[in-house]
Amino acid sequence: MTGTAIISALAVWGTGWFINARLAASTAAKTRAVQLLVPAIFGLTLLIMWELLVRLLEISPVILPAPTAIASRFGQELPTLWVDFEQTIIKGAMTGYVIGAFAAFVVAIIADRSDFLTRGILPVGGFMAALPIVGTAPIFVKWLGSDWESKAAVVAVMVFFPILVNTVAGLRDTTAMQRDLMRTYGAGYWPTLFKLRLPAAMPFIFNGLKIATTLALIGAIVAEFFGSPTVGMGFRISTSVGQLALDMVWAEIVVAAVAGSAFYGAVAWIEGRVTFWHPSQRK
Amino acid sequence: MKSVWPVITVIAAILLFWIVAVIPMNMHLTADQAQRQDIAVSPDTPAARQDLSGAGLALRNTHLFGMTYTLERPRLPSPHQVGVEMWKTIALQKVTSRRSLVYHGWVTLSATLLGFAIGTSLGILLAVGIVYNRAMDMSVMPWAIASQTIPILALAPMIIVMLGSIGIQGLLPKAIISAYLSFFPVVVGMVKGLRSPDGMQLDLLRTYHASPAQGFWKLRLPASVPYLFASLKIGISASLVGAIVAELPTGARAGFGARMLVGDQYGQPMVTWAALFAAAITAAALVGLFSLLERLTLRRMGMQAA
Repeated sequence: MTGTAIISALAVWGTGWFINARLAASTAAKTRAVQLLVPAIFGLTLLIMWELLVRLLEISPVILPAPTAIASRFGQELPTLWVDFEQTIIKGAMTGYVIGAFAAFVVAIIADRSDFLTRGILPVGGFMAALPIVGTAPIFVKWLGSDWESKAAVVAVMVFFPILVNTVAGLRDTTAMQRDLMRTYGAGYWPTLFKLRLPAAMPFIFNGLKIATTLALIGAIVAEFFGSPTVGMGFRISTSVGQLALDMVWAEIVVAAVAGSAFYGAVAWIEGRVTFWHPSQRK
Repeated sequence: MKSVWPVITVIAAILLFWIVAVIPMNMHLTADQAQRQDIAVSPDTPAARQDLSGAGLALRNTHLFGMTYTLERPRLPSPHQVGVEMWKTIALQKVTSRRSLVYHGWVTLSATLLGFAIGTSLGILLAVGIVYNRAMDMSVMPWAIASQTIPILALAPMIIVMLGSIGIQGLLPKAIISAYLSFFPVVVGMVKGLRSPDGMQLDLLRTYHASPAQGFWKLRLPASVPYLFASLKIGISASLVGAIVAELPTGARAGFGARMLVGDQYGQPMVTWAALFAAAITAAALVGLFSLLERLTLRRMGMQAA
């Protein structure tokens, strides 16, 4: 039994790899369709191997549920998953993200007026961004209660520093020539800020905003491990693990993955619209 | 060294904000305690005090300011209380004691370092494969990039349970989560680094009649070092966060994550705060160590940071 399982899995792997190797070597490899097709085939190969191995080796669903089991659980539990999504992503992560980003933005613009402050904030902020801030979750849960407010606070603190550092760095990213040009136009601080320095800082700001999307989801989910109402993705993951309902855990992880990619994709899309002039956005 | 004074100023401002915030944050607790000790408090019923904000209550009871800094179980401990707690649990305990933060730190750190080593090695290997194999590049690279937008950390509790049910316990499950978190930044960074030599440099090697292996060892690998260090710095802090989070929902008995949870569940805020700061110091030390290594290595190689 084990033999057949491994041989069939290897056969699937070989087929998938053969198709991809042919596609990658073909003349069509540069086209957009093939560039999407190849990773899709790779992902599908892995899924089929997973399904085959779980079925043929009769792996207990307590250890690893099959993809089809996860998909059917996903279908059955859509209402629950939606409620969890609303609680954790919309209320927790999004609120915190907006608050944190806004606060970082305001602090950056205030600090930017003084070169002294900027030189202090850059290293301190960079240092804070590397710290395990998610560990403050139990403290915020204690202060603000176990509902989404405490999650939003954790998320706000987590996203604050990367966005702050990037914004401050971005606001410094104009050349003396450009600033001189604004001065010859007779532009004061505010016109220079809005017409030159903020637009020039946008690539940096969006870099910070993109890093922060993943942090926001991590913060909102992990903070729920420390206490939450009986709804939310982190709550569902930790209780389902306790009940050994791993298909439910995987369903939540699928939601988290889709939400994470969509969130990142949305910010990247806005970036493309705002910084269309930047070399990295040119087609 | 131009930025020493600005940095000190910013840190001092944060500390000052913290110290001031202690008063309103702890005022309600302090007022309750003061009343039990027959010190006059206004307003004098707990219910009336609940209606006031912390700052409002503080303004009416200026004589209680001192007490807010000495509570045993404060909502927000003052910096000196955290410092004292850390001194007690780091310096005054034997390092093998379960009360010592050094002991808990080592538990977390060993999982972090083991996972980081596994994740980094696998990441470098995969990056080499991606750079030299077109099919691998087209299949794996989009997933490696997409995976950075996914909150992988949410997998942590499940991985622990999964490995636990097939009999793997202790250090390894945490290390696997750490490895997983440091893996993708290293892959993405190394692929960028191995591809950083431009056409001119590759052509030069061709005029030297260099073999592909020589091209790898003498051009691509050295050129990737700045990128590798940039990824390592991201990876090591991600690894540490991974190890800490892996300790949270699984009832681990030792480690920074376990200390935070214990402090939370048994109403001992000082334990949580001390563990949090110890974790922050560990993270800072690890990132600092890699920055130092980066500077030394790049200086010897005559290169610029990526």
